Amino acid sequence: MAGYILKRLLSAIPVLLGISIIVFLIMAMIPGDPATAILGSYATPENVEKLNRDLGLDKPLVQRYFIWLGNMLQGDFGRSFSLNRPVIDEVLERFNGTLVLAGTSFVICSFLGVAAGVVSAARQYGLADKLITFVVLLGISIPSFFLGMMMILIFAVNLQWFPVSGMWPIYGDRDFAALISHLTLPALALATVATGVIARLSRSAMLEVLRQDFIRTARAKGVHERGVIWRHALRAAMVSIIPVLGIQAGFVLSGAVYIEIVFQWPGVGRMLVDAILTRDILLVQGGVVFVAACYVMFNIAVDVAQSLLDPRIKT
Amino acid sequence: MSFLRLLARNRLALAGLVVMVLVVILALITPLLPLADPNVTNTGDRFQRPLTEGALLGTDHLGRDLLSRLLHGTRLSLAVGVAAAVIAATLGAAIGIIAGFYGGRTDNIIMRGVDMLMAFPYILLALAIVAALGPGLLNALIAVAAVNIPFFARNIRGVTVGIAHKEFVDAARLSGMGDLRIIATEVLPNVIPVIVIAMSTTVGWMILETAGLSFLGLGSQPPVADLGSMLGEARSALITNPHTSIVPGAMILIIVMAINLLGDGVRDALDPRLKSGALNRPMPTTLVDREGAVPQPQEDGALLSIDGLKTEFHVKNRHYKAVGGVTLAVRPGECLGIIGESGSGKSVTALSVMGLVASPPGVITGGAVHFEGQDLVGAPYAHLRRMRGDRVAYIFQDPLATLHPLYTVGDQLIEAVQSHHATSKSEARAHAIALLKSVRIPNAESRIKSYPHEMSGGMRQRVGIAMALANDPDVIIADEPTTALDVTVQAQILSLLDDLRRDRGLAIVFITHDFGVVAQLCDRVAVMYAGRIVEDGPTEAILNAPSHPYTSRLMACVPELGAGRRELAAIPGLPPVVDCLPEGCAFADRCHKVQDACRRGAIELVDNGPGRTVRCIDPEPVKEAAQ
Repeated sequence: MAGYILKRLLSAIPVLLGISIIVFLIMAMIPGDPATAILGSYATPENVEKLNRDLGLDKPLVQRYFIWLGNMLQGDFGRSFSLNRPVIDEVLERFNGTLVLAGTSFVICSFLGVAAGVVSAARQYGLADKLITFVVLLGISIPSFFLGMMMILIFAVNLQWFPVSGMWPIYGDRDFAALISHLTLPALALATVATGVIARLSRSAMLEVLRQDFIRTARAKGVHERGVIWRHALRAAMVSIIPVLGIQAGFVLSGAVYIEIVFQWPGVGRMLVDAILTRDILLVQGGVVFVAACYVMFNIAVDVAQSLLDPRIKT
Repeated sequence: MSFLRLLARNRLALAGLVVMVLVVILALITPLLPLADPNVTNTGDRFQRPLTEGALLGTDHLGRDLLSRLLHGTRLSLAVGVAAAVIAATLGAAIGIIAGFYGGRTDNIIMRGVDMLMAFPYILLALAIVAALGPGLLNALIAVAAVNIPFFARNIRGVTVGIAHKEFVDAARLSGMGDLRIIATEVLPNVIPVIVIAMSTTVGWMILETAGLSFLGLGSQPPVADLGSMLGEARSALITNPHTSIVPGAMILIIVMAINLLGDGVRDALDPRLKSGALNRPMPTTLVDREGAVPQPQEDGALLSIDGLKTEFHVKNRHYKAVGGVTLAVRPGECLGIIGESGSGKSVTALSVMGLVASPPGVITGGAVHFEGQDLVGAPYAHLRRMRGDRVAYIFQDPLATLHPLYTVGDQLIEAVQSHHATSKSEARAHAIALLKSVRIPNAESRIKSYPHEMSGGMRQRVGIAMALANDPDVIIADEPTTALDVTVQAQILSLLDDLRRDRGLAIVFITHDFGVVAQLCDRVAVMYAGRIVEDGPTEAILNAPSHPYTSRLMACVPELGAGRRELAAIPGLPPVVDCLPEGCAFADRCHKVQDACRRGAIELVDNGPGRTVRCIDPEPVKEAAQ
């Protein structure tokens, strides 16, 4: 198993390099030069030239990439001009917030989605199935930002069950209960679409599995239907559900940007949007590379989970 | 055409289609409608409620008419979403076709790049592109299209790889056509349906995503607004004037939902598995819909008796009569063979006993199954479940498919025990090891930790048998347990079953298509054809002197070792389709002795010597053949 994890980690290196190249190339497409963007259009040519030299922008593209990559490997993502602090500090701080939000959402959508899919399949064409199918359709059709706004309107403003926005109360303790009450609405809003997608896929994966011969064997040996569904069928269906969980984790992680805006959540997504609007390129670059790299690592964890579940996968 | 009809039958998809058509028409005629200018501000009339005079949906924070802005926004959102879908589909398809068509290194490099792009969390990549190009609707469109290209490229590549190796492509190549022409005339027409389906399922996403970027302020810039930026601008007034948010939000919801409904309908209509019912979940027990009286057991002293059993498969309007009134009985310690061609209904008969026929589509429409005199057909699920595996156990044909692939054989054996007996895990485990030993699996203590795929076919079938024995059942129903095994292993398994029968006094129902197996193991044998028993009696008597023409033809199919160059006689023709069985004898069309009387009216099973019955008006004479 340790060997398998190491192998998967090594195979991630080219992917990470590819990601860094893609991000670098996208940022290199920027028309005009960043120095002008930083200094404003009234900057003197001397100042622009000096800043370009300081940023290393006078060197050839390939050389610039390797300098950038080398710096990143040493933990130096550059300096955000709009915030006047190292990019990595800001990204790490904000990523914390995103991780809390997206992590909670991911747990919610995984459990809720799989459970809904299993119940739906087990009661195929029954009332529960129809109800779940309809709610799922609604869930995958509603824009998360609109859903978030409606949640604020109903549950925060009208019913006052939850705070309107933010991660922590402005006054008062930053304890767990405060976090939960701030987290509930945004986490649910973010989880909705992914829950729908996972529920749909789980349903069809379960229907596929329930036709298999080993399900008939389980029934023939007198296993109770609950055991047939949750122990036999779900275990086998998980083999095709887990990769989808991995993909949905990416949607949750990046979809957090909308929710962070709607709920004023201090996360990396909101940071990126602000950085784009202020054209703080180094901050965008660093944030995107960092989050993408984390996602690659998460997918390795998914693969490892998959190999633990399915003994037929050679580790 | 049938596709359109299928789509029309799906009411939800039709509703989606209707809504979508309405929205598109509305978007197209928006400039012709007598609407206020969407961009003219009138701060005096800001935040008018809906249904006020002159503004059906009210006004926004700058006093602009919401209805007009909504329709213009819808127009813009649809246009941008569809444009993004078309661009992504075109470029993605081009990349996919090139990768799939040329294969090799080209394919490798392209698909590596696609994989890299797919390694990004989706929206993050779009954000990076917008960051580079700067905010704006056109740039948002480009970003959304770009992040969707990998999806199309990967799908289309898969389809193209399949086509690129087809004969007609080789033929085109041999006839001297250039690559470009082959792609245009041979590949593209086959790929386009896939592209269209992929587009129909993703266009909703693209509308949602461009709306999302606009919502973030990275898409359409004021004063022009699509639905997303309308929502984004309305956000600051969410609490005081929610209608300005609800109007554009609900519109996005309606559009995306209609597209999703339509896309689901298209996908379902094109999925052959849905049509054939192959995606139906089998229920815990077979459906029972019995007509007529429940028959009484026909034999005294029988442990298990099947009486006039009828099992059908109901697919759409067709009723396939897989089992058409079968009567059988087995006594304690007896081995009964059921023999017949594939499709003769022998497996369905066996599965009907414990309600294991998959339903839908299976339905038991008549007859009874008595175990110790008690009818099991239509018994409550809880009762059947307690009987399954405990009193009546099954052994199935292919142990690789019938054992759960993800649990160790030990866990599966332990589960079999614990389903019926409240024993501790360690006791059950000891019992499992003993079971494995009883079916002569070496190193049972270590084998218990093996997964099915780690064992040989013969070992797996032994596990299957051990599982059937787990609760010391009274009857074992073995459904072609040796068919998937090679001959030496087959002989071992048969002798194992025979020993178990003698040691434990088991009754065995043995289903096979192999007369050799029947001769070796069975006391009595029943021959099935087209869902009915055509001949029944002691094994030796029937093997020595088959009475029914079908039995003798079936036996003639078996090659005999050392019999010299005997002619192997396959039975001409095929068994009848069981949804429209002919009147009279089902074998008539293939029978060499067929007479007119064979096709007139039902033919009953009649006594034919001691303990024998036959369903034939002109059976082979028993005594003569016996000599």
